[in-house]
Amino acid sequence: MNHEQKEPVLQVQGLAVGYGDQGIQHDVSFDVNRGSVFAIMGPSGCGKSTLLKALIGLLRPSAGAVRFGTKDYWALSQDQRDDFGRGFGVLFQGGALWSSMTAAENVALPLQMFTRLGVAAIDSLVQLKLSLVGLDSGRESMPSDLSGGMRQRVGLARALALDPQILFLDEPSAGLDPIASKRFDDLIIQLRDGFGVTVVMVSHELPSLFGICDDGVFLDAATHTAIGHGAPSVLRDSSDHPVVHAFMQRERPAGNEAPA
Amino acid sequence: MTIAPTNPRLTTRVNGGDTLVTLMGDWTTQDDGGVSTATAALFDRKELRAIEFDSSGLGRWDSSLLVYLSAVRDAAAPRSIRVDDSGIPIAARRLLALLNQHQQAVPRVVAPAAPARRAMFVERSGLWAIAQWCEVVAMTVLVGGQLLQSVAAVLGRARMRRVDFVGCMYDAGIAALPMVALVNVLVGAILAFVGAIELRRFGADIYIANLVGLAQVREMAAVMTAIVMSGRTGGAYAAEIASMQGSNELDALRVLGIPLQDYLVLPRVMALTLMTPVLYLYGSAIGILGGFAVAVSMLNISPELFIAQARSAVTMHEISFGLTKSIAFGALIALAGCRIGLKAGRSATDVGHAATSAVVVSIIGIIMLDAVFAVCANALDM
Repeated sequence: MNHEQKEPVLQVQGLAVGYGDQGIQHDVSFDVNRGSVFAIMGPSGCGKSTLLKALIGLLRPSAGAVRFGTKDYWALSQDQRDDFGRGFGVLFQGGALWSSMTAAENVALPLQMFTRLGVAAIDSLVQLKLSLVGLDSGRESMPSDLSGGMRQRVGLARALALDPQILFLDEPSAGLDPIASKRFDDLIIQLRDGFGVTVVMVSHELPSLFGICDDGVFLDAATHTAIGHGAPSVLRDSSDHPVVHAFMQRERPAGNEAPA
Repeated sequence: MTIAPTNPRLTTRVNGGDTLVTLMGDWTTQDDGGVSTATAALFDRKELRAIEFDSSGLGRWDSSLLVYLSAVRDAAAPRSIRVDDSGIPIAARRLLALLNQHQQAVPRVVAPAAPARRAMFVERSGLWAIAQWCEVVAMTVLVGGQLLQSVAAVLGRARMRRVDFVGCMYDAGIAALPMVALVNVLVGAILAFVGAIELRRFGADIYIANLVGLAQVREMAAVMTAIVMSGRTGGAYAAEIASMQGSNELDALRVLGIPLQDYLVLPRVMALTLMTPVLYLYGSAIGILGGFAVAVSMLNISPELFIAQARSAVTMHEISFGLTKSIAFGALIALAGCRIGLKAGRSATDVGHAATSAVVVSIIGIIMLDAVFAVCANALDM
């Protein structure tokens, strides 16, 4: 993918995250350019999702800065962060749909809360978003009656409800079969091209990473920091770090007999 | 040839420094032999150099064989006794190798021996006090926030959806009517029976009406309704919010900048604070009706007299006292339920804990608050 303008919309500088005294990642720095599909990669348990929480305002980092454009996100007040956060769309693992509302109501809630649109306008927007993600039936179903793939789609429609600038996806293809997963990847690319939204996704699914991501950062579980920067396919072909190389090639790290 | 006494499924044959272990019969977790790690008998000879296996007589086997073999291997390793696994079935050998590999892959980091001491009493009570203080602060913030937001809601400025508020009103109001009615009618009837025992002896039967009316309006209807609501609604609030926590639904709200205080807590607190007094009035009336039914049908008191007596006992003053209490109880139940739900953990057990502790905290809170009201009323001569 060639994107002519290399304008970072999100800059992460020296970020450290953790719970309590337990550090999970430190000194993580990367830039996300406008219109790119950026991958936060790494083995299970390395702190990808925790890092994502620091980007979307759920967990205050213990050091470093998260800048959206010129704004230092965590230096803002809670109210300013809330306002700012409406420019994000977030798809949580498994969708995290509000279980007491139907699929359509899930997509409608952000619009009801943060726009002055009337019922009819909201309704037509909800129908549009649900059609965009390919959910043509089951719009009035409760989340518990939907399949995993459909829930994921509704979650994506909800994340798109307020037409965000940046879309954060946490393990979007986890629990989907290969075909559904591929379809979901295609959908993300189509939406990116259509809305010009920047996508930041946490994933360890190699087909998705190679298929749609054009930039990324690789987090290591052992050293607790970023050990690779670049597109997944570039990392696969040219990274000389043994862990990154092994991950991307789906093999065991060299020297597994005496691992780090 | 010696038979290891601890394990009937193998025999050992000693040959110089070597020991040949013959595995026989079935080695499954379902057997009487079960899982055995008793290898001491094998290793009690000093000159032991190598262990070999013969599994030609081995029947069915599962993990219990692996447990034994790995115990043998682990016991042999520190004494550098060679374990020759060529006699073990190939499948078991592969599994053992896998076991080996994972043991190596996860370096056994021996944590620096933490000073294993129990926290001192002073330290523990200090930590407890700090935790309690934090809880008091959090609760104060919640109560203050709710007061401000309910004013904002009345002015139409809170981020609360009317549909949620109406739903909560229905749940905390109409849906609770049958249960409140049942409990209160029985309490009224019981009060009439209790009164009858003592008042009969003085020929003061008619004061049963006073007893039922006064007790019901001043105390029982308010307390009983609140207890029903804490079990029914307070527990449900806590469980509902806690399970939203577990499925990331609260995070999804937070990310959008939808304040949980407005969106989740406010409709519940407002609904319960408004509906509990209504239920109290209903409960009082139904309770007196219960007492009336018992008094008239079983205690031979004339209906007209009962009504006249009850009306003289139950004044506007008593009703407003009960009403005030039930408003306080409603707010308490809703705030406790929501607070406990919000601070719950993310597992299924946490949901159960949240529901239980919401009910327990509410019931204890109701009784304590009721005692405070009683003492204050006494002091103020109300």
